Order: sequence, then C-alpha cells, then structure tokens
Amino acid sequence: MAGSAFVMYEAEQKEIQAIIERLTHESRAKACFVIDKNGQALASSGQVAGLDITSLASLTAGSISATGGLARVLGEKGDFTATYNEGDRDNLYMTIVGQRIILVVTFNNDTSSLGLVRLRVKKASEELAGVIQRIVTKSDAGDAPLGEITDDDIDNLFS
Amino acid sequence: MSFINYSSREINCKIVYYGPGLCGKTTNLQYIYKKTSPEAKGKMISLATETERTLFFDFLPLSLGEIRGFKTRFHLYTVPGQVFYDASRKLILKGVDGVVFVADSQVERMEANIESLQNLKDNLSEQGYDFSKIPLVIQYNKRDLPNAAPTEELRNLLNPATVPDFEGVAFKGDGVFETLKAIAKLVLTELKKGK
Repeated sequence: MAGSAFVMYEAEQKEIQAIIERLTHESRAKACFVIDKNGQALASSGQVAGLDITSLASLTAGSISATGGLARVLGEKGDFTATYNEGDRDNLYMTIVGQRIILVVTFNNDTSSLGLVRLRVKKASEELAGVIQRIVTKSDAGDAPLGEITDDDIDNLFS
Repeated sequence: MSFINYSSREINCKIVYYGPGLCGKTTNLQYIYKKTSPEAKGKMISLATETERTLFFDFLPLSLGEIRGFKTRFHLYTVPGQVFYDASRKLILKGVDGVVFVADSQVERMEANIESLQNLKDNLSEQGYDFSKIPLVIQYNKRDLPNAAPTEELRNLLNPATVPDFEGVAFKGDGVFETLKAIAKLVLTELKKGK
C-alpha cells in the first residue's frame, strides 16, 4: 500500500500547537491551522470557536491538491508552494510544509498584512518541517499502532 | 493513509466512493447523511455543478463510535464519475484507506462500470497502491430498475476477486449502511495489521 498510518504523539502535538500559537500572535492573524495534505486537521489556534474545522481541513486539502494538479499541467516541477486568497473581510494564506502538511493562516488587513504573514510563516514553516519529519520517522519505525485491537473490538463497533 | 492521534485519542480514515457517472455515489452519501444522528456527523459538502453533477467531490465526516478509547472518524468522499474528470479523481484518491466501488446495475451501463473499475485500478497504481490489497467493497446499485442485469452477471464481470459485495437501491437506503459497515470494518482490520 502507499503508506502506513500517520501517527501523532502528544509531545509532537504540543510542539506543533506552540509553534502555531506563536505564529498567530506574531503575525497578528485571526487563526492558524495545520492540516494534513489528505484533509485531516492536526492543530488550530486563534479565533476558531464556531468554525467548522473538519470542513475547512477537507476543502483546504482539496484546494491545495487542485493547485498542485494545475502546477503539473503547467509543467512546474513540484507543487505551487504558496496560495493566497483575498476576500472582502478575511484573507487566507496557505503554504505546503515539508511536502506533507499545509499551514493555513487567516488574517484581515486591519490588523495584519500579507507581507507580515509571509515573513512569520517562513520561520514557523521551518520549525514545523522539523517536527513533521520526526513524526514521519516515528510513524514509519513504530509497530502497528492499533495492534492491540481485536477483531471483536471492531465487530462491537457495528453491533 | 489513516491518521492516528494519541493526543486526542482519535483514529481518522478516508473512504472514497468510486464508480461511473450517475451510478449513485452521491446518493449513498446523502442517504447516510439523512439517516445519521446529528452528533455523529459533520456538515456534508458537495462541490457540484449547477446541474448537481459532482464537479470535484462530496465530503461527509462521520463518527462511528469508540474502540478501546479511540474515537473512530471516517471521512467519506465521492469522486466525479464523468470520464473527463480524471484529474480530479486522481487527487481525491490520495491518502485513501478504503474504496467503495458503486456499480450501476443497468445492462446499458455495463461498459461504463468496467471502464470505471479499470480507471480505479490505473489511478490507484499510479499513486503506489496495490489494487489487490486495498480494502474494497462493491455495491451493485439500482437493483430496482427493470433493466438491471442479474447480480451474478455483474459479480462475474466486476468482482473476480470476490471482495465483499452488496445489492443496493441507494435512494431508498437498501444496501447503503451494509456497504459502509463492510468497508469500515475492512479498513480497521487493515489498520490493525499495520504495515
């Protein structure tokens, strides 16, 4: 198969959370999200109350995926690494980190700017890439993460 | 690729509904959405054309309960079935943990079924998946139509490997949850096995 499970442990989760909380503060963003390229939300910070993060994650992954498809059609060697969407009220800046995850920042022009966000995202991306690399190494080296689950456990889920 | 979060005690898996145009992939998801309690489901997203044909994907997040303290969450996606949307189908298959192939039982759609199944094999292999190993369930949909081919004939054509298969009438819900349960179970069993 094309890959084993991606396993997030508590230590790395805390590190990621700390990085994006700092990013939210330093870039004066409304919110920041870390999303797996397959559409799973890994972490969020800032003004996220009432936001449908599951939908946001899935649509972000779809959008980045489609943009990557466009890059290939146009003959780019890799993905377009950053995407910017501008709205009346809020703006959205998305970057691919370590080929594996997407860092999303939402901000508005009253409190922040694209320049500031790009600058802060650059530093945060480098830090995140290191953590993600460790997670991938751990995931690949680990045993079957759910090995202790029995067939009965799975059956019981549907009984 | 499933995502296991020890911090929030969650298992997240991705299931893709595949099949030819108008076979009932979106209808499967709509029925699941309609019949699932609000606390077990998220918002259903449909990226569709003005004529309600799937343009990019439908998406439905679903919780199926807990296993040994882990919440199990399944993200259900459909692909656009129309032949010319192949680039989109490839994107949606990325990171897939299990596939439901929805076949259209009508005799005149037999070629479309075969073509779509071959397209699934090609696209999975392009992403590095082994078609014979990925959790797969087949649903023969539209069994209520007078021009439906015999199930045995469909089975011979589309299911030589004898993966779990079900008859369905998706708009009435027949076979919908049986199919979902079967694929969820296969995905979890695969996850339990590990690499």
